[in-house]
Amino acid sequence: MNINDVILKTVSKAVVLIILTFGIYLFLSGHNQPGGGFIGGLVIASAFVLMFLSYDSETVSDALPIDFKKLSAFGVLLAMASGIAPMFFGGAFLAQSFGYFDLPIFGKTELATVTIFEAGIALTVIGVVVNIILSISEDE
Amino acid sequence: MNNILVLPMLFPIIVGVVLIFLRTYGRIQAWISIASMALTAGISFYLLHTVQTDGIIRLDFGGWEPPFGILFVADSFSILLVLTSSIVTAICLSYALISTSKELQTMYFYPTVLFLAAGVNGSFLTGDLFNLFVCFEVMLLSSYVLLTLGNSKRQLREAIKYVSINIVSSWFFLVALAFLYGTVGTLNMAHVAERVAEVGQTPLLTTISIVFLVVFSLKAGLLLYFWLPGSYSSPQIVTSALFGALLTKVGIYALFRIFSLIFYHQPEITHTIIGIMAALTLIGGSLGAIAFNDIRSIAAYNVVIAVGFMLVGLAIATPAAIEGSIYYLIHDMVAKALLFLLVGTMITLSGTSKMAGMSGLMKNYPLLGWSFFITMLSLAGIPPLSGFIGKVLISSAAIDNGSYVLLTLALLSSILVLYSLLRIFKNCFWGETIVSKEEQLPLRRGVLLPCLALVVLTIGIGLGTEGLSLYVMDAAETLLNPDMYIDAVLGTIQ
Amino acid sequence: MESLIIILVGVLTTVAIYLVLSKNVVRVILGTAILSHAVHLLILSMGGLKVGTVPLLGEEAEVYVDALPQALILTAIVISFAVTAFILVLAYRAYQELGTDNLGAMRGSDDE
Repeated sequence: MNINDVILKTVSKAVVLIILTFGIYLFLSGHNQPGGGFIGGLVIASAFVLMFLSYDSETVSDALPIDFKKLSAFGVLLAMASGIAPMFFGGAFLAQSFGYFDLPIFGKTELATVTIFEAGIALTVIGVVVNIILSISEDE
Repeated sequence: MNNILVLPMLFPIIVGVVLIFLRTYGRIQAWISIASMALTAGISFYLLHTVQTDGIIRLDFGGWEPPFGILFVADSFSILLVLTSSIVTAICLSYALISTSKELQTMYFYPTVLFLAAGVNGSFLTGDLFNLFVCFEVMLLSSYVLLTLGNSKRQLREAIKYVSINIVSSWFFLVALAFLYGTVGTLNMAHVAERVAEVGQTPLLTTISIVFLVVFSLKAGLLLYFWLPGSYSSPQIVTSALFGALLTKVGIYALFRIFSLIFYHQPEITHTIIGIMAALTLIGGSLGAIAFNDIRSIAAYNVVIAVGFMLVGLAIATPAAIEGSIYYLIHDMVAKALLFLLVGTMITLSGTSKMAGMSGLMKNYPLLGWSFFITMLSLAGIPPLSGFIGKVLISSAAIDNGSYVLLTLALLSSILVLYSLLRIFKNCFWGETIVSKEEQLPLRRGVLLPCLALVVLTIGIGLGTEGLSLYVMDAAETLLNPDMYIDAVLGTIQ
Repeated sequence: MESLIIILVGVLTTVAIYLVLSKNVVRVILGTAILSHAVHLLILSMGGLKVGTVPLLGEEAEVYVDALPQALILTAIVISFAVTAFILVLAYRAYQELGTDNLGAMRGSDDE
């Protein structure tokens, strides 16, 4: 089967970037507005899935040498680590804290530990979603 | 801070995730997972002692005080079950290390078992109904994966049934949670219990309790056990041992918790229904256990009988009956794991699961035979083995309470358990030895060690009932006095 | 508004049960997906449907909405997502191994 999918390939080159940006925006805005690790992760994963759809999986795997199973495992570890960390400082499991820092470019910025937890969730979601799609599509 | 309380759930998850990175090293994975479950058992033993000295302890996640946050609560009942399940999981894992093929070991078997253990421990410890749902799902998702590992046709077929039935029961769980939240406006178990006690158990709340009863009966195999024999008899030996030992017990735990802490105001409705369901479960399970010729199916129906037996204790709900049920719950975790491991070993040795295909195993494998004999006596409730004390307490409570129908069925089912297992013992271990000494499959070295460990455990629980009674009495007292639990959760802020 | 949503929940449940009771595996899976959507709507309406702001102290609004049902639904969505993904892969594997997607033909005997 040889479909002429030049339009899909060209469009996806541009669209993947837009989706990735939107995914990261959703992930970061989740702190005070709708969004968050799960939704951001899903959107980013959909960008990966689009890449796998428009190009074949070997090409994408060569360009992106990521083991998505390990990525999701790493995500769980990161989320758990952010939950465990406060236990060493006398806080409860999963306790979060935040503070204001003066950063060079951004000026006074609020940094919160919950972002680490959310990043773990995002990585897990990306890994799991891409993994599911790949495991269905691989064996023909 | 009681951060140690989260470890029985957190620790297996972390180790499981780390094991994903060690995929190709089957044996190392096995040793690490056994060690981590043993450590979990050690932690729960420490917690058990802490609960005895300090009373019920709790951990508020993220420092959110109840009823606003999720929390873990440990009383003697839940910690006893966490301890038992961790020990049984460790022993089953060591059986997997010795017996399972290398392909299976590298197919994420060990991480999945650890996630299953995490879900089970989390369900025992949680103090929040929605968190209970989440822990149930962690456990169920792992059980789906374990059920399909090995990929045989029969497993895939059973897995589709098992997954579908569990999706439906999870759906009922969510419906019940939604109605409960709409009625009392909270999902913290202690807070729900307090509010239900305040407004009285209205007919609406009783109806919601029946929906919960349906949900947990599906998970526990109480009357709604039609899915159980198929899915418990198709997967790998170790998997069915873990299922038989742990999965239904979580449903039973949830039934005990919900109907002793929250919905205990109208026992004439709820507990009567539980009693009827338990009676029918005993009848159906007994019929199945004596009707089948497939030894795995017989073992699976024995699980059903035990479920009915334990719920007889909840239906009677006197202190002695609850105590008996707790003893029996602990005993059954050990004994069912042992039964499934022995039955699985027999099938591996003889290459068939039909009773007609086995005969005279005793001559070639005497140790296996006598282990099976002890398991049989333990399940039938012969003193001094672990099944005895639970059966005595429940029976005497039934006499005191005048529940003669339940008493008759419970005792009759014990005899039928003995009969069904005796049939296996007689047909498979005695009789003419079909396989000669030269042709017999050698028992893989050390494969009986985990089984012997469980045999020692069941004898130990039987002989050491005196030492255990302190904890069990405390567990039963907490179950029957919901105010103790509510005070510990909603009382003074730590 | 609540009554309307409850009726919608009923309709969704009806559709889902119709699908779950059919013999085609894919229809059953679609049915379970719709089933979970129905219960998510039910949880949402049980928290009370009203227009308000997020329950944060700084908002100083007249009406706040209940945040808990939304948190519950998000968790339930994640779980049903995982379960649906798993059962899809399972159905695909079963189709490969057993050569059918008809539940009636999948019965088989226990002797295999």
